[in-house]
Order: sequence, then C-alpha cells, then structure tokens
Amino acid sequence: MAEEVKLFRTWSSPYALRIVWALKLKGIEYETIFEDLTNKSPSLLQYNPIHGKVPVLVHDGKPVCESLVILEYVDETWKHNPLLPQDPYEKSMARFWANFGDDKLMKSIWQLFIAHEKDQDVAAVAALENLKLVEEQLKGKKFFHGETIGYLDLAFGWIANIVSILEEIMSLKLVDGERFPHLSSWIQHFMDAPVIRDCWPPRDKMIIKFQVMRENYLAPATPK
Amino acid sequence: MAKDDVKLIGAWPSPFVNRAQIALNIKSVKYEFLEEKFGSKSELLLKSNPVHKKIPVMIHNDQPICESLVIVEYIDEVWSSGPSILPSDPYDRATGRFWAAYIDDKLFPAIRGIGTADGEEAKKAAIEPVIEGLAYLEEEFIKSSKGKNFFGGDKIGYLDIAFGSFLGWIRVTEKMNSVKLIDESKTPNLFKWAEKFCADNSVKDVIPDTDKLSEFAKVLMAKLRNPQN
Repeated sequence: MAEEVKLFRTWSSPYALRIVWALKLKGIEYETIFEDLTNKSPSLLQYNPIHGKVPVLVHDGKPVCESLVILEYVDETWKHNPLLPQDPYEKSMARFWANFGDDKLMKSIWQLFIAHEKDQDVAAVAALENLKLVEEQLKGKKFFHGETIGYLDLAFGWIANIVSILEEIMSLKLVDGERFPHLSSWIQHFMDAPVIRDCWPPRDKMIIKFQVMRENYLAPATPK
Repeated sequence: MAKDDVKLIGAWPSPFVNRAQIALNIKSVKYEFLEEKFGSKSELLLKSNPVHKKIPVMIHNDQPICESLVIVEYIDEVWSSGPSILPSDPYDRATGRFWAAYIDDKLFPAIRGIGTADGEEAKKAAIEPVIEGLAYLEEEFIKSSKGKNFFGGDKIGYLDIAFGSFLGWIRVTEKMNSVKLIDESKTPNLFKWAEKFCADNSVKDVIPDTDKLSEFAKVLMAKLRNPQN
C-alpha cells in the first residue's frame, strides 16, 4: 500500500521549510496543503487542535505537529540519509542547539527587528552574542554536522534566508563576513545546496511581509 | 568498558532536575548529586552550561549535557539495556515529544501564573488555561495508556516523567491557592495516575514532599519580591 504523506504549510513559514527540506533530502513524495492562517482550514484545526499552527505532517492519516518533533519523526520513520548523528552525545548537542536557535537566537533577532531606534543598541548586543555562539559551533566545519547537511542545518536554515531580509529592511548588517566568517560561509554553502535553494519563498514577497509586520510593531497605538 | 562517571548538577525543588533523577533511577545508574545553593551558581555550573547557566546539567564522563528533556533522551539512548523510557514507535515518540513541549511551553508557565496572580479575578483567569491543559492531558492519558497505569503503559515512560515531575509544584499550587487542579471528578485518570507515579520506586524519593516544597515556595516568593535580601 502506498504511503500517504501530506504537509500543511504556509508560503512563508520557516518552520514548515524545515520539513520541506527534510522530505526532499529523504526523497519522500508528499502532497502540500497551503494554509492561510487568517482563515484556517477545518483540516488544519482537526489535525492541530491545540495550536492550530503549521507545519503539520500527516502520515497515513496521523498528524505530527511542531517542526523539530516532525524532523525527528521523519528521521526515525525514513531511516536512509540520516539527519541526526548516531552518537547519543552528538545527538544531544544537536537537540540543545536547535532549542537554543528557536528559544534564544530567533527571539533576540526578532526583538532587534521590532525595536524602536532608542532600544536598538541593547537589542543588538543580545542578538550578536547569540550569533557568536552559533559561529563557534561552525568552526572547522562546512555544515553543522560536518560535510553534509543535517538536522541542525535545517533547524538553523532560517538564518540563511530571513536574516538577510531583516537586514535589508533595517538597513543594518548583522551577519557580516568579518565578525562571522564561519556563519557567512555556512550561509553561502547552505543557500547553494541543490536540495535547499529551490525551496526559498519569493524574496520580494518576504520583504513586503516583514516590512508590514515591522511597521505594525513600531506604529504608535492609534486611539479608536 | 570504562566505568561510567555520572554527576548531576541540580537542586531538590527543581522539577527539571527531578526529570533527570527519575530517568537515572529507572536505569539504575549511580550518580553523584551536586546540589546548587539557592541564590548562587557554582563555578562548575557556569563552566558546564555557559549558554544558559541553568540546572539540570548532567556530566557523563566529563561531557556536559544540558536541558532536562535532552538529558532524559540521552539517558535513554546511552543506557539502552535498561528499561526503555521512550516508546519504540516513531509516532508514539513524536506524540510524547509534542506533549512534553506543550507542558514546558504552555502548561508549566500557566501553573506558575496562578501563583503570581494578584487578586481573585486574576487568579480565576490564571486557573482557566491550566484546567484546559489538564483536560487535554486527561484525554491523552486515555489514548496513550491503553488502560494501563501510566502514559507509557505498564511502566513509567517519557511523558510520565515530563509531566509527573511537576506534580510537586501542582500540589503546592493547589494547597497555597485553595484550588483543585487535578480533580478526581474532572480528571479521574490523571488523579489515579498521579498517585501511582509518585509512589513508583524511581520517583518516590525524588518528587519533594508538598509541605517541604510549600515552605521553599514561600522563601522563593519572598526573594522574588525582595531581590536584595
């Protein structure tokens, strides 16, 4: 019996992109369902009633939610081209850094992005400190796990795409080649990788989307 | 095979530390518990977890592992000959991980929110998301336990540990706020499960006694209100 794999995503979600990449790396055929999060489909709400978010992977009718959980599910279900290292310690490091990326790094870059001018310097310090920690993880390596793309590259993939978009909107260079030579090099390798590069959402659409988001955050509250 | 040297940097009131202790107990792993002093961080902690400076940190043969759920999975993978903690089926593993993330991201902060709510209205509002979350977990227990005692079935598993580690604090919150969270009539399965979990050999010396934890909670609240002391 043929397997049925569906992926609920939006055109721009970096979390969903992780799964697009993972499925591509494993050569898994699947159906894509694009969601409009302002008008969620009954299916999405049925498969992810707790959060109503994307991505959701539905495998033979059974939903898996939360992108990092989905990545591990994909890796454990389709065991060829493994994403996570085999060694338990290396695996724990990968999980640790993926959590750091989502909990600390992403938040600090976002805080900088929506900061008013007077708060930008302080926000930048936190973002740069967090980026430095990631830079150190890449010393002597092409990708986070070595020569080939793996779990942590997919988890950090949003850096390669979204950061340059935010930089353009803010007119502020965050990941420059001098301060972050390894990270800059990783971004180049990752962007160019055949499995990765054809999946990026349209840049101009992304710029508009994030510009609007920033304006909404920075706009003073208007009286009703 | 080289002898395993296992240290756990932690503190008895921390539910996150308790997770690691329970997992080590399930695997019958001998370890040295390095108790952090309340209000200060040891050199070893700062060296072993420079990124977050938080407990628990497990040090296995001089290699530090941080983040409680990462530690639990690590323990399960290294001591693979002991009773397994995570289920073997990928879908069940994903379900367990999903709910553990929900507990950490949504449920535990909501439980803490009850303790810090000011006034009756705020408290009522803070209790609602906790009741909702526990109702979800009651449903999940029915699905996952398949009629047995634990989320993991016959024995304690990953989600039992992830959720059960908070039972001490849930009980303290119930006591200090005169509210029933795990209610025998509303969440009968969780109610029964909580008793069985806390009585289990791997757990009973780990989850702190409610009175002792309440005393600690009072000290913690006082310190949060008056950080200079």
